Amino acid sequence: MSGAALPSGRFNSLAQWALPLAILVVWQALSTVGFIPVRVLPAPTEVLAAGWKLLSNGELLKNIWVSFWRAIVGFAIGGGIGFALGLANGLSRRSERYLDSTLQMIRNVPHLALIPLVILWFGIDEEAKIFLVALGVFFPIYINTQHGIRTVDTQLVEMGRTYGMSPTTLFWRVILPGGLPSIFVGLRYALGIMWLTLIVAETIAASSGIGYMAMQAREFLLVDVVVLSIVIYALLGKLADSAARLLERLCLSWHPAFQKA
Amino acid sequence: MASGLSESVIDMNQHVAPPGVPFHDLVAGRKAPAEARGLSITIDNLHKTFGEQPVLRGIDLRIEPGQFVTIVGRSGCGKSTLLRLLVGLEKPSSGSFWFGDRQDKQVQREDIRVMFQEPRLLPWARVLSNVEVGLGTQRKSEDARDRALATLREVGLEDRRDDWPSILSGGQKQRVALARALVSRPRILALDEPLGALDALTRISMQRLLERVWLDQRYTALLVTHDVAEAVTLADRVLVIEDGRISLDLAVDLPRPRERGSPEIAALEGRILRDLFKNSEAGEDA
Repeated sequence: MSGAALPSGRFNSLAQWALPLAILVVWQALSTVGFIPVRVLPAPTEVLAAGWKLLSNGELLKNIWVSFWRAIVGFAIGGGIGFALGLANGLSRRSERYLDSTLQMIRNVPHLALIPLVILWFGIDEEAKIFLVALGVFFPIYINTQHGIRTVDTQLVEMGRTYGMSPTTLFWRVILPGGLPSIFVGLRYALGIMWLTLIVAETIAASSGIGYMAMQAREFLLVDVVVLSIVIYALLGKLADSAARLLERLCLSWHPAFQKA
Repeated sequence: MASGLSESVIDMNQHVAPPGVPFHDLVAGRKAPAEARGLSITIDNLHKTFGEQPVLRGIDLRIEPGQFVTIVGRSGCGKSTLLRLLVGLEKPSSGSFWFGDRQDKQVQREDIRVMFQEPRLLPWARVLSNVEVGLGTQRKSEDARDRALATLREVGLEDRRDDWPSILSGGQKQRVALARALVSRPRILALDEPLGALDALTRISMQRLLERVWLDQRYTALLVTHDVAEAVTLADRVLVIEDGRISLDLAVDLPRPRERGSPEIAALEGRILRDLFKNSEAGEDA
């Protein structure tokens, strides 16, 4: 096969797009011959046209920005608190004793089940969405940070102590880097939860954002805009994941799993 | 106490000895014999109990400055515990020990270094940065990098300075760990079976390296091993520990460098093995 002879880096980065592209082509073909009714699923070109229309009147960018902003703020708040508590409970048995079982109880409540309560508290304002996103991303970050810190190689910690590292040095040079692989697992998982929560929250209670755009389009039977919203969510999700992967690659370049063969 | 630390870094060009000339003769000829470098170790009736289980039952010992002492014994005899007590990784149940001549004088942490059975390198730090860990609080000093590099050169790994530890072989990792232990110019080096996980050939070259740097720096070396041949080849003095007590204290008065497998070494080795097995039937220890 000639494919094997291509420079593997470029080939691999293109390869991941082969399947989505193929699906698009088949979808377009089936829509054009009329196999898929427009009311069920409009052709990709029509979705694109709808996107262009919304882009030119500024509505699309406004809604994307609103959703993006909610996602980032919610993630920063929930992730920040989760990271801090994960560190605290990973480092200190006492802190874990007082906090962990409470947090585990809260964790077992599906955060989306709180939507009615959240609407009562905050109405459909920004706080509601940000609160839900923050709650959603909190747990994956918290649990993985705690786990990463707790499972740092004790032999390395012992080495650090005998070599005279101060607690601060020990944290920055041994404990935190040792916990990073697990923390990144939590980060990527949390990014998935972040979009999921936002979609649900915006669909149920919002007056702006991509989810709101989709719900409005549904009322006017604009299937192309609904599909467009879904595609945008997919792209935003992919973007967030790629950013996390890049960060992971930069921070974990020492890890055998990230070294090029 | 810190006087030794300010001493110039290891001289690098002296390590390729002309054939036939013992290395320490070169060293002795280069500068005044560094007899004051090592610290003596005095141990007074040291006991250690884990729960109900006594591990050390009264160790009394005096180790002269600069001596190379190896400790052998079967697994579980307490030899590693003794070492861990001395470097502060465990607290004694009773008894005491001190370094140098005065019991009330504190030694600096950088003066006592440990090499573990595992390399224990930080996987997220480059080789050179791992060596710098050994400088302890002096890591921020101006010549830190130069000292780390010089020590890395000493163990023959200067060209791997920017590598991640994960791509090094087992022997190379232990050499980096040795460089990390030596970079602060310790006055006592404790080695807890550091060659245990290496293959036979790497072991022999590591033994030579250990002997060479010890001859150069003249710290007090305390090596725990279960390889009796290794113990006799390297040591000035071999201690056998059995049931938490010193059961044999044997001086090894052979000239260096020693020839592996020579009759004198074999005789001493036999004597130690006889002592180790005197109370057990054949096969019991398997």
